[in-house]
Amino acid sequence: MPGSRPVLDVRDVTKVYGEGDTLVRALDGVTLRVDRADYVAIMGSSGSGKSTLMNILGCLDVPSTGAYLIDGVDVGSLSDSQLALVRNRLIGFVFQAFNLIPRTSAVANVELPLAYSGIRSAERRRRAMFALDLVGLADRAGHQPNQLSGGQQQRVAVARALVTEPALLLADEPTGNLDSHATEEVLAVFEDLNAAGRTIVLITHEDEVGARADRLITLFDGRIVS
Amino acid sequence: MSPWEILRFALRGIGANKLRSSLTMLGILIGVAAVILLVAVGNGSAKAISDRIEALGTNTLTVMSTSRGSGGLTMAVAGALDDPVLAPDVASVSPVVSTSATLTYDGSDHEVSAFVGTTPDWFTASNFGVGSGSAFTADDEAQARRVTVIGQTVAEELFPGIDPVGVQVTIGGALFTVVGVLEEKSSSGFQDANDTAVAPISAVRQVIAGYGALSSILVEARGSGMVDTAQSEITTILDRKLPAGSSGTAAYRIQNASQLLETQTETADTFTTLLGAVAAISLLVGGIGITNIMLVTVTERTREIGIRKALGAPRRVILTQFLIEATLLSVIGGGLGVAAAVLGSRFEIVGVRPVIVPSSVVLALGVSILIGLFFGGLPAARAARLRPIDALRYE
Ligand SMILES: Nc1ncnc2c1ncn2[C@@H]1O[C@H](COP(=O)(O)OP(=O)(O)OP(=O)(O)O)[C@@H](O)[C@H]1O
Ligand SMILES: [Mg+2]
Repeated sequence: MPGSRPVLDVRDVTKVYGEGDTLVRALDGVTLRVDRADYVAIMGSSGSGKSTLMNILGCLDVPSTGAYLIDGVDVGSLSDSQLALVRNRLIGFVFQAFNLIPRTSAVANVELPLAYSGIRSAERRRRAMFALDLVGLADRAGHQPNQLSGGQQQRVAVARALVTEPALLLADEPTGNLDSHATEEVLAVFEDLNAAGRTIVLITHEDEVGARADRLITLFDGRIVS
Repeated sequence: MSPWEILRFALRGIGANKLRSSLTMLGILIGVAAVILLVAVGNGSAKAISDRIEALGTNTLTVMSTSRGSGGLTMAVAGALDDPVLAPDVASVSPVVSTSATLTYDGSDHEVSAFVGTTPDWFTASNFGVGSGSAFTADDEAQARRVTVIGQTVAEELFPGIDPVGVQVTIGGALFTVVGVLEEKSSSGFQDANDTAVAPISAVRQVIAGYGALSSILVEARGSGMVDTAQSEITTILDRKLPAGSSGTAAYRIQNASQLLETQTETADTFTTLLGAVAAISLLVGGIGITNIMLVTVTERTREIGIRKALGAPRRVILTQFLIEATLLSVIGGGLGVAAAVLGSRFEIVGVRPVIVPSSVVLALGVSILIGLFFGGLPAARAARLRPIDALRYE
């Protein structure tokens, strides 16, 4: 939709960790616009600031300087409860480290975002099972995270991000632990969502994965180089 | 999210960490049970002391001479106290001589610590009922008949399996006929109140004690409200009969059973307070244990809160869930602690029957719930305020 305002609008954002000798500029003046229904891949060497940028995009962290707008709304001006609403209704986030809740079954993990949006438990269970089925894990629904392989945990994390059918899907290396077959399945799901008009931003190290996106962004030392 | 849903989340949280949950509850359980039981033991022993003193009779005054062997209390003094005009609130006066003596029956000996010579009024005044047989009479006293009423301990020691009434025993070389056995009485202090024998004072003086001073005079007031007036009445009489010595020291002193009860109760109260302090410390230690468990899990729980926030949980929902978890744990732990204490108070502990003080239950429960809420809720409240990414990175 040309001419409409961007879904993600990052304006000259920096993120600085630590101080003095240990000061790290994880992001150093990043400006980025992502339009509705875009499919963007972010690449870059390890430590280039990809996850840092993603956490800011997901409203999990705040920039040190600069502004970040979602749908034209400055995230810095939102209250705690408004942020909770944005994270729950608008964004689906896949963590690089999965971040599943321990000692809690896969299906209960996937249900969690639905519970916080007030969906009744029967409907929740149905949609969670559907999302698990989508990533090929319907038969592992009752397993707890420590009973799942790394790739399976990653797919549960993907299912949890998909389950609310968010307008914006942010995935930090969603295929990092997957073989080519599982990678293909997850990417197919992403492409279906993209075709349905959802915006997707993903981080990857794999060129084949990056090549599937409409747009490729490369980070180097906290700066966008292409 | 409905409150019902949040409650279900809290229950799932408790169930997901069974070891931590049960350790937390155990800590609270022990703290609460210890406080309630220790206070109950203190209270029980206080009650036991006052029961014993009440058994002695709280209507009585005991007159004792301060200067041993020097004239002091005589039968004449005792007679003077029994004066309806000068001492209208005195119900009865019993002169008492008391010595130790050996009772011999059928070749076996038993030494009583108190062989008491007195008048028949003594039995009611000192609250000693006669179980089998009967007390001696005023006539026995007037005739100095050698009859005696023995205590339970003596009956058991000297006449195992025999009815002692009617039997003759040798006391201090003279034959006495047992006419009755005293009812069992709870003992005050270190002496066994049941290890005694009572006989007419005339007979005891004739046989063993001689005609010296009396050991004491037991004065019974007309009612528990008249003990103090009776005391001042007999003081007036005694001051006339037994003037203070040249050095100004009184020749006698009066022991007041209700005063004794008061001081003893005070002592017992101090004891209870002391036990209460010990109990409070154990509650504190239990609280530190809970804190420890909670702190150990703060990292894990903080990460969990970070995940929940990242998925869009509002702070209010997170706080409510964690507060419900903490409350449930401390309420269940506290409830079990009360149950354990109630169960434990059915048994004797160090010879004392515990009597539960309701306020200690309220206090122990209140404190444990506060500790649980505070140490369960505080880290959660702090974590819920963090940005999701900071909560996720917490170590
Ligand atoms: N909490 C933090 N405190 C201090 N420095 C940090 C923190 N988080 C990240 N950094 C630093 O910021 C830089 C960027 O980190 P980031 O996690 O964004 O890298 P990345 O591009 O995601 O790398 P990878 O591909 O290995 O995941 C790194 O140099 C890292 O050391
Ligand atoms: Mg990363």
